[in-house]
Amino acid sequence: MPLKDFFIHIGRSVISFLYLLGGLTSLAVQTVYYAFTPPFKVERVFEQVKKTGNDSLPIVSLIALFIGFIFALQTAYFMQRIGSELYIASLVALSVVRELGPVITALVVAGRVGAAITAELGSMQVTEQIDALETLATNPVKYLVVPRFLALIVVLPLLTLYANLIGILGSYLICVYKLGISGNLYMRVTFESLLYKDVFTGLFKTIFFGIIIALVSCYEGFNVQGGAEGVGRATRLSVVKSFILIILADCFFTALFYFIFP
Amino acid sequence: MINIVNVTKSFGEHKVLDNLNLRINTAETCVIIGRSGCGKSVLLKHIMGLLRPDSGKIFVDDKEVNALTPRELNELRMRISMVFQSGALFDSMTVGENIGFGLIEHQHIGTKELLERVEEALSMVDLCGIQNLMPSELSGGMRKRVALARAICMKPQIILYDEPTTGVDPITADGINELIKDLHDKLKVTSIVVTHDMKSAYKVADRIAMLYQGKIIAEGTVEEIKNTTHPVVHQFINGFSKGPITETLECFR
Ligand SMILES: Nc1ncnc2c1ncn2[C@@H]1O[C@H](COP(=O)(O)OP(=O)(O)OP(=O)(O)O)[C@@H](O)[C@H]1O
Ligand SMILES: [Mg+2]
Repeated sequence: MPLKDFFIHIGRSVISFLYLLGGLTSLAVQTVYYAFTPPFKVERVFEQVKKTGNDSLPIVSLIALFIGFIFALQTAYFMQRIGSELYIASLVALSVVRELGPVITALVVAGRVGAAITAELGSMQVTEQIDALETLATNPVKYLVVPRFLALIVVLPLLTLYANLIGILGSYLICVYKLGISGNLYMRVTFESLLYKDVFTGLFKTIFFGIIIALVSCYEGFNVQGGAEGVGRATRLSVVKSFILIILADCFFTALFYFIFP
Repeated sequence: MINIVNVTKSFGEHKVLDNLNLRINTAETCVIIGRSGCGKSVLLKHIMGLLRPDSGKIFVDDKEVNALTPRELNELRMRISMVFQSGALFDSMTVGENIGFGLIEHQHIGTKELLERVEEALSMVDLCGIQNLMPSELSGGMRKRVALARAICMKPQIILYDEPTTGVDPITADGINELIKDLHDKLKVTSIVVTHDMKSAYKVADRIAMLYQGKIIAEGTVEEIKNTTHPVVHQFINGFSKGPITETLECFR
């Protein structure tokens, strides 16, 4: 009975998704609690900020630049037909700052940093290092999750801002050197079309994307079962789950902002 | 004093500890022997509060481990150390940072004293001058000894050793036995040593207890265990492949 199997499958997925949300909520509560309980080790957060930034900066630069190229060329295809190449600047600026920059940066960081966190914590889990932390009277959430959580909340908006600039630069290069639009004009149109709220809503949601990446990757790492193979599986699941939750959150925030800042 | 009362623990269908009772007095070394997979490591993890029993209670100095608040549990853990079977060294840190971890996290001591304490712990396990190596650069036996050093560096009152002499050469093994005896004789440390190395068991034990099918089936002094009439214990300590332990297995087949 394929139809019955189909519904069983759906039911199982819904249940496991609810489990995930439950686990993430509980981890979030603990993380926030320990983030505000002394002793505070700022250097540990700083170390994670550096690591997160270093790991993702090259790939974010590359992808943002090419997104800028591609987007400019794709819009040029249509804008040239209706003879309004100048609007490429506003179109690119708005879509990069409002949507593409935040989401693509978050997805790249989830794939690069989130996966690394899951693999690291997962291998600590299977080699009993997490147990060893506890026996040394150190809470694993405070020691491992809090610094990564805070680092991602700080780094993701900054990386997004950077990716926005690089994306716009990519499109600028195409428009100025390929389509012959004057550079000054391009920049003026870009800044005229961008409002503060565009930048703000774009960056605001990345804080939540950062929270999602940190919680999902740590949660999956802590819950690894079954040796090295388990670590591999958890890493893959962590990336997939982060992607899904990021897209869902993005959809939610886009709708929210659409209604509260019309 | 450690008192384990009626502890039962199952993983799924598999009952690992079955109404287990055991009492270890202060300043005593109790050796727990048993076959591979009988639940010795699981028992130690219950004492540390890493696993929760399905039923039953565990008392360490009259404090019930599972009834403590997280803060009280951490205070208790400052006084107990555990040497993991696999070592469980933090592989992102150097040997020195591993050994000093507890001191760095919880005791505000100066760098000089910290380095001295680490050096002292390392010399106790006969591994001077490797502070700056990473755990991945060590041999299996060295890792085990570094794990031992990490446990004794905090100067705990209770130490749980999970197979401290497995995987090291006989001479080092004897050194570790001497260390366990020294800590017991000089510092009056309460110890639980899990092992299946009978030579080591005879050497360090005040008392030996045998874990079999989730229960302690025999306990006594070294002499009592050596002269036991219990067929299961007799087979185990002499390492015979034929006997009641292997026969019950055959019944199941
Ligand atoms: N986290 C766990 N989940 C499920 N089963 C477990 C878990 N930990 C231990 N077990 C099971 O409990 C049993 C006892 O394991 P344990 O590690 O305590 O054995 P042991 O007596 O220490 O053996 P060895 O001498 O080989 O170290 C094993 O059968 C194992 O499969
Ligand atoms: Mg074991």
